[in-house]
This record gives sequence, structure tokens and C-alpha cells, in this order.
Amino acid sequence: MRKGNVMVMAAALGMSVLAGCGSNTNTNTNTNNNNAAGNGSGTGAGEAAAAPAANGTKTELTYYYPIAVGGPLTATIEAMTADFMKENPDIVVKPVYTGSYADTAVKTQAGVQSKQPPDVAVLQSTELFSLLDMDAIIPLDEFIAQEGGDTYLSDFYPAFMENSQTEGKTYSIPFQRSTIVLYYNKDMFKAAGLDPEKPPATWAEMQEYAVKLAGNGKWGLEIPVTGYAYWMLQTFALQNGNNLMTPDGKKVMFNTPENVEGLQYWVDLAAKHKAMPGGVTDWSTVPSDFLEGKTAMMYHTTGNLTNVKKNASFDFGVSFLPAQKQYGSPTGGGNFYIFKDIDKKKQEAAWKFVKFMTETERAAQWSIDTGYVAVKKSAYETERMKAYAAEFPAALIARDQLEYASAELSTHNNGRIVKILSDSVQAALTNELTPAEALQKAQKDADQALASFNK
Amino acid sequence: MNASLRRNGFAWLLLLPSLLFLLLFTFYPIALTLRLSLFQADLSTPEPVFTGLANYRTMFQDEVFRKVMTNNVLFALGTVPLGIALALLMAVFANKALRGRGFMRSAFFYPTLIPMIAVANIWLFIYTPEYGFMSRLLSWFGVNDINWLGTPGLVMWAMILMIIWKEAGFFMIFYLAGLQNISKELYEAAHVDGVGRFTVFRKITFPLLMPTTLFVSIVALTNAYKLVDHLMIMTRGGPNNSSNLLLYYIYETAFSYWDQGMASALTAVMIAVLLLIAAVQFFGLDRRIHYN
Repeated sequence: MRKGNVMVMAAALGMSVLAGCGSNTNTNTNTNNNNAAGNGSGTGAGEAAAAPAANGTKTELTYYYPIAVGGPLTATIEAMTADFMKENPDIVVKPVYTGSYADTAVKTQAGVQSKQPPDVAVLQSTELFSLLDMDAIIPLDEFIAQEGGDTYLSDFYPAFMENSQTEGKTYSIPFQRSTIVLYYNKDMFKAAGLDPEKPPATWAEMQEYAVKLAGNGKWGLEIPVTGYAYWMLQTFALQNGNNLMTPDGKKVMFNTPENVEGLQYWVDLAAKHKAMPGGVTDWSTVPSDFLEGKTAMMYHTTGNLTNVKKNASFDFGVSFLPAQKQYGSPTGGGNFYIFKDIDKKKQEAAWKFVKFMTETERAAQWSIDTGYVAVKKSAYETERMKAYAAEFPAALIARDQLEYASAELSTHNNGRIVKILSDSVQAALTNELTPAEALQKAQKDADQALASFNK
Repeated sequence: MNASLRRNGFAWLLLLPSLLFLLLFTFYPIALTLRLSLFQADLSTPEPVFTGLANYRTMFQDEVFRKVMTNNVLFALGTVPLGIALALLMAVFANKALRGRGFMRSAFFYPTLIPMIAVANIWLFIYTPEYGFMSRLLSWFGVNDINWLGTPGLVMWAMILMIIWKEAGFFMIFYLAGLQNISKELYEAAHVDGVGRFTVFRKITFPLLMPTTLFVSIVALTNAYKLVDHLMIMTRGGPNNSSNLLLYYIYETAFSYWDQGMASALTAVMIAVLLLIAAVQFFGLDRRIHYN
């Protein structure tokens, strides 16, 4: 029935999203043939074949991964999987690049519904409840117990684990993770008579600085909205006290006085203080504006750090987001999930792969290559990371901010909840509704969308 | 009887391949969609539950749905008449032009050839505040901080402008073909009688192009309900659904909310709208048009 549903809609919409799972089977068979025929050819699979496997049969894994930041990450991922196969000759991993996070979610879930899931995939950490509602993934506690249980888990940053766990079980392992940080242009700070080594630390300072820095066709601050309005609102919510949802993902607390105050502060930066562009700012134009010197400060993911480092023609700084009651930022990014409707043997192989991809040294290198935060504390003790941080201290800011970070908005019916909140934030930013009205509406709609999960 | 069966049988045989595809990829999915639209099939229901018309009731109470439908009507009103008028103008121009006729035609037709995603990215840049093309242009008049895609009142106009640019060249091709089908003798006769150019256009060219106009308007109107790729790249339907259109809303409902029952119900509405447009053509306008 489920398969039928998706097929019907996809066909009726005239969309080819399902092409992914169709071709998936083909590539699997191809790999099969290669392994049977080719011994010791130059490819990654061939090298793996050269070392004889214990019982002659190989476990094959299909691995879906998205790319959400700039840079040649496909090559990095493929090199990592090739290394894995060298170390594990009885496992063949087939990495499949599946587009953005949203594209990857669509392909994976269409695969799940047509009983053709990938074996292992990187998806946004916030997909947890949707995947559970679809009965798509397995808990990883047994595997984790084999590695030493809590000792193994305690090396991961707790803020990153928040989106991985619910009701006492761990369902995913952090991989490409981020927080939001403040980027600022030191040259523009100097020009405006501000100390370039002293970024704003509180909401009040932020407002004061942004106003000073704005003018002459330049903005003091930009906060991206399209696609991530809920994420940015979370910064203000966390800085003003509390997160937006319960850990079980069944309730949201949008309409609190603290959140209204946070949204009001955000709206006022543009409408009242003219320090920020009005209306809705696009996610991808904000970094360009910053690099062009059109804005002195920006809120953006630390995932953009390598991009800014490479392309800024001016001296820039990175700092914590300014605090109100406390510092705060939601985490973001993708985790490894292992799927349900596949062989036990494949699940075990998938776990080996997940473990390998998040090993200390590899996590450190991955962080250096991408700008993502390394997910393990021990990664920051490695020589390579120490050397990198000595040369580029900004790389540590997002890690240090983790102490004040909290889970990204993740609930049952997450797609709709995120949309409801984002729409309301946009309505406030475009002055269609007041912040109080907007959050009240968001609360009402979200309660309705979550009603069937609270029975 | 036997002869007619044989003759018709042959015709059916010729139609069979197309018929098969139509059944398999159009009628069968439509039937299943209509069926699924009567079920609650979302993340909270592991097995779909029959709920009759509940999805439709919810839909008509849904603010976003109403907004999406209003947007779509506005979008159609904005793109169809202007797009057609511009296409006709360009066709007459490209047909008459003595020099550089080929260049003119390809220049007008060019936007149609660029892939939709590329077009969306180009226009995303054009509409960028501060240093986008539009802002540069307007800065001569002292206006340069308009956030075209980030302001609820402007974003639809920005979309309409882009689609007219994209589609007018395509429709021009049909008008060019139509113009070439009009008998030269009519124009010669009018010339002999000394009729003015505007009257010639009004009395000869325009009426004889009516079949083309009808065809083009149907295509344009259905296109207005089928737009999705630009929204995906440029606005995601925002801000606050100001640029959300029906097909994008269906996509969101199906693949972001995973509410398959509601997505099917919305699809049914879309099919109804498209059928209605076709029916108006078939039973209404078509009879009043003069074919030569």
C-alpha cells in the first residue's frame, strides 16, 4: 500500500524523485558483477577484492550522503569510503551522492516506503521522529554496548547527542555537525570606531554596534531567513532561556514571553533601528553580502567557515552569538542512521562503517577539510587539530560554544512544524503580524499538527 | 459489421501503444490518487485510515490552501494576458523585420531554451538587493534597497515578470506559424483598397490568429498551475507563503510533511482545475472561433 501511495503521487506530480531507488538496485548488481569478475583491478572495490575475504562472500552497503556546504566534498567522502574498504576487505561500500538534505530525505524515505532503503545514510539529525514514525531505523544501543557503552558515547559532545536520543535509546551518530556563530568584519569595525577584537557579547551591545555599523548602503547585521527562519529564532529562544520543544518531540513551546521578546528584538533590528535589511533575507546571499562588505556582521553556520576563510579579502573575526540571559545556539547538521529492513549482517557492517567514519583522527581531519565541528572531544586533542587551531583559532569558536548549545528543533511531524514556525517568523519580519500574534498563531497551528501524536 | 470491426480494430491497434501508456501513467495514477485522497495517510497513521471527505474539508479550512489558490489566480491573471500580448507583438515584429530576422527570432526564443533551474538562478541574482541587476538598474532612479523576493507584496510581481520573459518567446513561435498561414491575397486585397495598417491588423490578422490565441492561452493557463521549479530555488514559497503556488504546496505536503492523503486531495483539486480549463476551451470558446 505504502509503495503504491508514493508511486501514485510521484507519477501524478510528474516527478522523478523515485529514480533514485530504482537505479539503486542496478548499481548494486553492477558492483556484484565487478566483484565476481574483477580481481585486483585498480579501483577501490578491486583493491578490496584483492585481499581474500574470510568466507568469500562480501557484504555490500549502499550509503546515501548529502552535501550542504561548499567545496569538493564528494571526493573527500569517496576517499574515506575507499580507506574503509581497504581496512575491511569483506565489506563493499557504495557511496551515493543524494543532493541537499531535503533531497536526501525524500530519496531515503521514498526508498523506505518501497522497501528499498539505503543501508546507511547521513540525514539531518532532526529527521529522528519522522524516521521513527515510518519505522525506518534501528536503535544503535547494542552496537554501542559492544564498544563500551557510555564510555564510547561520552566522547561525543552532549549537545550533538541531544538530537540522536529519545526515550532512553540512541538512534544516530553525529557526523557533519555545526552551530551558528557570529562572523564580523574587523575592518568595518575599525572604520566605525569599534574595537575589532571586541565583538558584541550581549543583545544590547549587538544592537548598539549594528546601528553604528549601518549606513551608506551598508548593513550592520544580516540574519538569513529563507529555509532557516526557525533555526535563527532558536538562537534568540535559547539565549533568552529555553528551547522550543520537549525532548520527546511531542510538544512545542513557541508562544512564551521570552520567545516573543526574542522575535521582537530581531524584528526591531530592521524595522526600528534600520540596522538590518527589511523583509526576508536569503540563506545563500548573506555570506555573499558579508564577503562583499555589504554587511559588517552575519549570523551563519560554522559550516561556512572554510568558505569565508578562503574568500574574505578583509580581516574577519568569529565569535559566540551575543547573549541575553545566557549564550546559546541550536546545533545543526547531519547524523548517521542505520536502516531497519535490511540483513542483520548488513546492519553490523554498517555499524563498522559508522564507527570508522567518526573515529577520532578522521573526525579531526573532516573538521579541518569542511569547517564542521568535529563531533568527538578527543578529536581536539589530536596533533593535526592542535596544529590547525594554532594557525586558525576561529576554528575552535563553534566547539567552545557547544557548552551553551542545545538540540535543533525536532518533533514528530517535523516538516510541518518547521514550516509553521518559519512562516510565522517570516510574517513577523515582513510586518504582517506582530511577534506576539505570529508566535500565538504558530503555537495554535503546531498544537493542531501534533494532536494526533499526543493521543 | 465484420468490415467495420476490421477497420476499427486496425485503428485501435495503432492507438494501442499510446493508449497503454496513457492508462498506465495517467489514468491509473489519477484513479489511485482520487482513492488515496479519501484516506488519512500521514506520519501518525502507519496504515491509511478511510476518512471520506475529511481531507477536502480540512483543505478548505486551511489558510495556506486559500492563499495558494488566490496566488495562483493572481499569477495566471498576471502572466497569461501580458505574455500573450507580448508574444503577438514580438511575432508581428519578427515576421516583418527585414534585417536580422533570424537573429531577432532566436533572441526572442532564447529564454525558452535555458533550463528552468538555470533561469531561476539567473533571476535570483537579478533580484538580489543592493548589487543585483534590478537594483543597479533602479539605483539610477535613486531606489536600490528593494528586496524583491523578500517582501510579501512584491514577490509575486517578481515571479510574474520572470515567467513572462520566459514564456513569451515560446508563444511567439506559435504566432509566427499562425501568421505564415494567413493568405497573402487578403493583405494584397486590403492594400489595393487602401486600408490602414491598424485596421488590417484588427480586421484580418487578429481574427485569423484566434485559433492560435486560444491554443496559446490554454497552454499559458495550465502552465500557470504547473510552476514549481522556480519556487523551489528562489523563494520556497515564502515569505510566509506569499509566493506559494498549488503544485509547490502539493510537493511540500507530500515530500516534506509526508501527508500523502492530503497531497492526493490537493492533486485531485489540481486535476479538477486543469480539466475545467480544458472544458471551457472545448465547450465554450472553441465554437466562437473562426477557422478558415
